[in-house]
Amino acid sequence: MSGYFKDIITGLKSLAVGLQITNKEFLTKPITLLYPHESVKMYPRYRGHIELIKDPETGMNRCICCGMCEKGCPSGSITVKSEKRPGVKGKVLTAYILNFTTCSLCGQCVENCKPEAIRFSNEYNLASTRREDYIFNLLEKLHPEGIPEPEVDPELLKKELEKEEAAKKAAAAKKEAAAKQEAVKKEPAKEGGESKAEEKS
Amino acid sequence: MNELIRLLSYMICLAAFLGLNLAYLGWVERKGAGHIQRRTGPKDVGPYGLLQPLADGLKLMSKQLIVPANADRPLYMCAPILTMVPAVLLFVAIPFGEHLVPREFSFGLLMMFAFASVGGMSILIGGWGSGNKYSLIAGARAVSQNVAYEIPMLITAITIVMITGSMDLNEIVRQQGGYIWNWNVFRLDKSILMPVSFLVFFICSLAETNRTPFDMGECEGELVAGYHTEYGGMGFGLFMMAEYANLVIGCSLTTVLFLGGWQSPIGIFPGPHWFLLKMYFLIWSFVWIRWTYPRTTFWGLLNLSWKYLIPFSLVNLLLTALFIKVF
Repeated sequence: MSGYFKDIITGLKSLAVGLQITNKEFLTKPITLLYPHESVKMYPRYRGHIELIKDPETGMNRCICCGMCEKGCPSGSITVKSEKRPGVKGKVLTAYILNFTTCSLCGQCVENCKPEAIRFSNEYNLASTRREDYIFNLLEKLHPEGIPEPEVDPELLKKELEKEEAAKKAAAAKKEAAAKQEAVKKEPAKEGGESKAEEKS
Repeated sequence: MNELIRLLSYMICLAAFLGLNLAYLGWVERKGAGHIQRRTGPKDVGPYGLLQPLADGLKLMSKQLIVPANADRPLYMCAPILTMVPAVLLFVAIPFGEHLVPREFSFGLLMMFAFASVGGMSILIGGWGSGNKYSLIAGARAVSQNVAYEIPMLITAITIVMITGSMDLNEIVRQQGGYIWNWNVFRLDKSILMPVSFLVFFICSLAETNRTPFDMGECEGELVAGYHTEYGGMGFGLFMMAEYANLVIGCSLTTVLFLGGWQSPIGIFPGPHWFLLKMYFLIWSFVWIRWTYPRTTFWGLLNLSWKYLIPFSLVNLLLTALFIKVF
């Protein structure tokens, strides 16, 4: 009989505690994230697909096109395309293609990158029904409004042009010299027909 | 002629009041459930999701009515209507204000209980008529639950009738006039167990309206959706509306019997606003309870009734009789 009343009292107490808890939760702000309208703020260590870093000073990527990421990638997901442009120091990145369908987010590319040109992005809501949508050109992603032309250094261009000119000249001179030599060599073989004619005129 | 106008205005006002309540109690419940679980609840349809009930209603009405092959067709079709009829009918006797009573019955309380038990029967009919084992189990459960909980509820109501000497709901309210200590909950001079009696009545009205933690009739986890498993479209809609109508009636009755109906707690400005305030507070507590407690087991539910509520209500009845006789 004593247990009977004890049960009632403890039962009512625990019910009251339950009501207090729900009341407290009712009064706190909902933690629902209205997903399509809002998105989650990702933590900095989250690994999304890699992306090129925009240098805040130049507004360009820092890639030196060494190809270490491409070589380091165990899945062969990265293709770096580059070319030499007149008046620009080093190579110029023309396309950085990441095949995200094979990427395992191991981070070898980020580890390998000497100039710290790539990092993991916080992109987490990718969805598509087509495989081709996962082959990204990271350079286009970095500059969605259009890839800017690298700045041409006039002095460097001048130097380069001079160098080229000099090289051309040197090449031409070399060619001439070679031609002369050839001619000299050929003369006896041809029995000096031409040179004789020259001498005559 | 005067009577006709009274009847018409009653019908129109009741339809408006009921319609708004049934629609927006669903909204309140969903919002309450959301916020208790730290979600937001409906929010996209209209500001704060206020047009959600309208959208739900349109959706339900546009659905096809399918009668299961092995259902008992007439019973299946009439069960939703039969739940709704007593729910609407019972508003006749409820005194919203001193002069705002559709019809003053001298036996209003008796009528309330008589028609309220029809609601339990309609659940059984719906469960039986569906021709589905889950519905049938739910119907049987709901009826045994209703029977078990009607006893303490009626005994508690008898205590009130003994105190007031009347079955007229408006007269019961009138006698609780003045200040808050004149409400039947706090009438310790009539029986020191009155607050307990209120609690018993409150728990019984929870069970009678088939609300969690006593929703043995619905029991989503075990019986699919209980007695309305086989109902779609507006058949289901009527069951849902009847649930909320019963909720309103249960809370109104508790307000009338224990919380002084339209009487003011501080003795000034008695009127329908007090009634609505108290009623909606009780309704909110029903929602609050629903989203706090898990469902009881079936034996636990019957245990509570036969071992706790009935003895307590009987003791309270005897005490009241003693107090009335002695003092």
